[in-house]
Parts: sequence; C-alpha cells; structure tokens
Amino acid sequence: MTKTPLQFRHNGRDVAVFVDGGVNLLVALRELIGDMTPKFGCGQGGCGACSVLIDGELHLSCLTLAETVNGRTVETLDGLKDGPNLHPLQRAFMEQFAAQCGYCTPGMLMAAKALLDRNPSPTRAEVIEAISGNICRCTGYEPIINAVLTAATSGRARA
Amino acid sequence: MPVTVKTFSTFGEAASALSSDRSARYLGGGTLVMRALNEGDVSISTVVRATDTALSRIDVASSRVTIGAGVTFARILAERDLAFLHASARSIGGPAVRNMGTVGGNLFAPNPYGDFTVALLALDATVSVQGGLGAREMPIEEFLQSRERQSGALVLAVSCQRPASADAFRYRKIARIKPKGGSVITLAAHLPVSGGRVSGARIALGSMAATQIRARAAERALEGRPLDDSAISAAAAAAAEGVSPTDNALGSAWYRREIVGVHLRRLLSGLE
Ligand SMILES: Cc1cc2nc3c(=O)[nH]c(=O)nc-3n(C[C@H](O)[C@H](O)[C@H](O)COP(=O)(O)OP(=O)(O)OC[C@H]3O[C@@H](n4cnc5c(N)ncnc54)[C@H](O)[C@@H]3O)c2cc1C
Ligand code: FES
Ligand code: FES
Repeated sequence: MTKTPLQFRHNGRDVAVFVDGGVNLLVALRELIGDMTPKFGCGQGGCGACSVLIDGELHLSCLTLAETVNGRTVETLDGLKDGPNLHPLQRAFMEQFAAQCGYCTPGMLMAAKALLDRNPSPTRAEVIEAISGNICRCTGYEPIINAVLTAATSGRARA
Repeated sequence: MPVTVKTFSTFGEAASALSSDRSARYLGGGTLVMRALNEGDVSISTVVRATDTALSRIDVASSRVTIGAGVTFARILAERDLAFLHASARSIGGPAVRNMGTVGGNLFAPNPYGDFTVALLALDATVSVQGGLGAREMPIEEFLQSRERQSGALVLAVSCQRPASADAFRYRKIARIKPKGGSVITLAAHLPVSGGRVSGARIALGSMAATQIRARAAERALEGRPLDDSAISAAAAAAAEGVSPTDNALGSAWYRREIVGVHLRRLLSGLE
C-alpha cells in the first residue's frame, strides 16, 4: 500500500508526513506529528474529545480523512497558549475547576475557542450550543459553561 | 485495513470511478464514512473524493433553490436566503458535525439520522444524480425508495421550490438529548394554502420506516380543507397509517406509533 504525502500548517508551523490510505487526522496528529493534545475518545464522532480547528472551523479529527487537510490550517490545544502565557480559556478552566480528569478538556477548549473567535460575547445558551458536541463524563457542564463565559469577559477586558 | 483514496478534480471522473468499483464509497463530509472506516468496515476498499467546486454551489437566484451535494449544514445556516431550511440544518448533530456533514451525505444517512432529508421530502425536492450512464434528475421519493441501488451513483445536487410563505413550511425533530441527538421522530410539512384551503399538502416523516416516508393518509385528511381543528385532528389520527418504525435505543416502534400523531398535531397547530 503506497503512502500519500500530506502537508499542512499545524499550530503555525508547516508539517509534512506520509499517511496510509484512509487514516484519520487524529491518528496523523498523534502518531505521526506527536501532538497528543487531541484525545481519542470514541472514534465515532460522539464525544468531541478529538475536536480541532480546520481553517478556523471546529471539526472532529477522528472523522476527518487526513488527506483532506492538505494545504490547510489545523489548530489543536497544543497551539492555544501564547509562549508561556495561557489562553484566557485555559486560565478560566484552571481557576474555575472546569476540568476533573481532563480527558474532554482539549476538545472543550477548541469548541469554546471556535465560539469566541466568532462571537466574543456569547450568551449562556450560545455556549451550551457550542459545546453540545462535546461530552464530559466527570466535571459536569456547569463549571465548563461558566469558565467559557468568564474567559469571554476577560478576553474583552484585555482587548 | 488501509484503503485507496482517489481524489478527482471533476465530478464526472469521480462518478465513473464510483460506478466502476463496487467496493468504492464516495466521501462527502465523512461523518459516516470515516465512522465506518474507524470501525474496520471491510466492505470499503476505495474512497472516492471530488474537489469540484460545482458540488459546493448554492443557487438561490430564482424561486427554485439548488444546493450542491457537498454543501454543509453550517453553510446552509449562513445563507439568509435558505432561512426556511435553517431549523432542519440546526437540528443536526453538534457544531462540528454541522461543519462537516453534507446535504448529499444526509440522503444516505440511516436511522436515526437523515433529518435534512425529511425536510427535502416534504419540499418535493429533486435529486440530480450522475451515474455510469450520465446525469439524470429524479424525484426525491423515487431516489429514497431506490437508495440501496444508488450506491454507485454520485449525487450532484438537490433542488426544490421555495415555500410560498414562512408559515407554509414547518419542521420538528423530536430528540431525547438536546441540543443534539438522534431522532425519535422527525416531521416536516409543506402546507400551501389557496383560497383558505390546504392545497397540495406534503407531510414527511423520519425514523418511522426504513427510509424517510410521506404520511399520505394525513396529507389526504388535510387536502382541500381549511387548516382548522377538525382537519388537524383528522390528520393526527391518520399519522401512523402506513408507518413501519423499528425499535432502537431512542424509542420503541410502539412508542413512535403512539406519539407521531401528537407531534403532527403540534406541528400543524403551530405549537412549540
Ligand atoms: C456525532 C454525530 C451526530 C450526528 N447527528 C445527526 C443528526 O442529528 N441528524 C442527521 O440527520 N444526521 C446526523 N449525523 C449523521 C451525519 O453526520 C449526517 O447525516 C450527514 O449529513 C452525513 O453527511 P456526510 O457528508 O458527512 O456523509 P459521508 O459520511 O461523507 O457519507 C455518507 C454516505 O453517503 C454517501 N454520499 C455522501 N455524499 C454523496 C454524494 N454526493 N453522492 C453519492 N453518495 C454520497 C457516502 O458514500 C456514504 O455512503 C450525525 C453524525 C455524527 C457522527
Ligand atoms: S474521538 Fe472523535 S468524537 Fe470521539
Ligand atoms: S473532565 Fe473528565 S470527561 Fe470532562
């Protein structure tokens, strides 16, 4: 089976790998690029733990054929902080105990980032909608929703 | 097992690759195809893709709208001229699924999915299909009835007439998990009114049979009558006629039969 070359921008850096036919983006990110921040939860689109941004849009990396991101931009949790500075979303999640086991957190943060990039002042209902494809089985959604709302406020305060 | 991925720049090439290989599957947004590959579905040995921009075109210039098979639900939601389809697009999955899933893929989605297709069925849509022998247009109902045999054909677009008024088209999805979740029942109704009477009613149901179906008895109960309490009651009473739902984790066949009339009544009465 021949491998296919794949090039894309990963968190601001150009990367090039060879992928097997049918490999999904989650596997390519974790096993070929070594970015372990997107998590494998179900491989079925059901949990959202693998969520990444492709050209700024929220996608499920487990359901994305790796080859389809050729020439595109992929952002994962690994690229969220700015050098040593945490992103306001990361800070709010940490300070407000919006993570327990942390398994859903990378996907939650990317879903929240997709929302705030588009809508810096979301309502509570909009936050709920934005994370509705992401399942958290231990923290509970209230602290997560509150952390996203706090990050939105602090982001506005900084701007 | 690795599969061969074939990417074509024109839909014509993709269609011939698809029609000449029984183990080839077309990749739209991939939300169902990749799921199958991740599960190790060995019936797929080739994945066919087309990067042709013709497949992602939306044409809303006239009273007839045409939507390319590769258009995602997120794009439909961004299109103000397609407001009549927003409720059905919004009812699908979470934001990531709406960014990925396409209108074309929805036509093939098995229960408890295929919600957008319910709306298209009530709107009497036409499906453009490119097979080995060339392109043809077919009514969505015919398409759905022969869906199993369409696997070697490429859907290019769907088109439908814009409803005469916002009130003439209604959609309702019953789900247990909100804001996202598979369908217990999905209902859509197109109710054109002429001279105070319903004329040409179409009611479509999802998750009530192997494919999306028309509720013909309910349609007949409304035809030629004003949309008043007695017509609505008659339609609700007839809603379960001809349905053949199955049991799944979201609801039993019995439950679906019991509640379809209740939800049809709410839809027709304009209740939330
Ligand atoms: C977590 C999750 C939640 C979901 N929730 C919903 C929901 O609420 N409602 C709902 O309706 N669906 C839902 N779905 C199912 C699915 O996302 C949608 O039905 C979507 O429209 C499928 O489109 P796709 O482009 O991703 O399909 P794909 O996976 O790309 O394709 C699906 C099938 O259609 C065929 N196909 C696709 N495009 C074409 C074409 N142009 N011509 C010929 N064949 C084609 C493929 O070969 C394949 O057999 C959900 C899926 C997931 C993973
Ligand atoms: S791993 Fe992708 S959605 Fe669960
Ligand atoms: S923190 Fe454990 S799943 Fe969300």
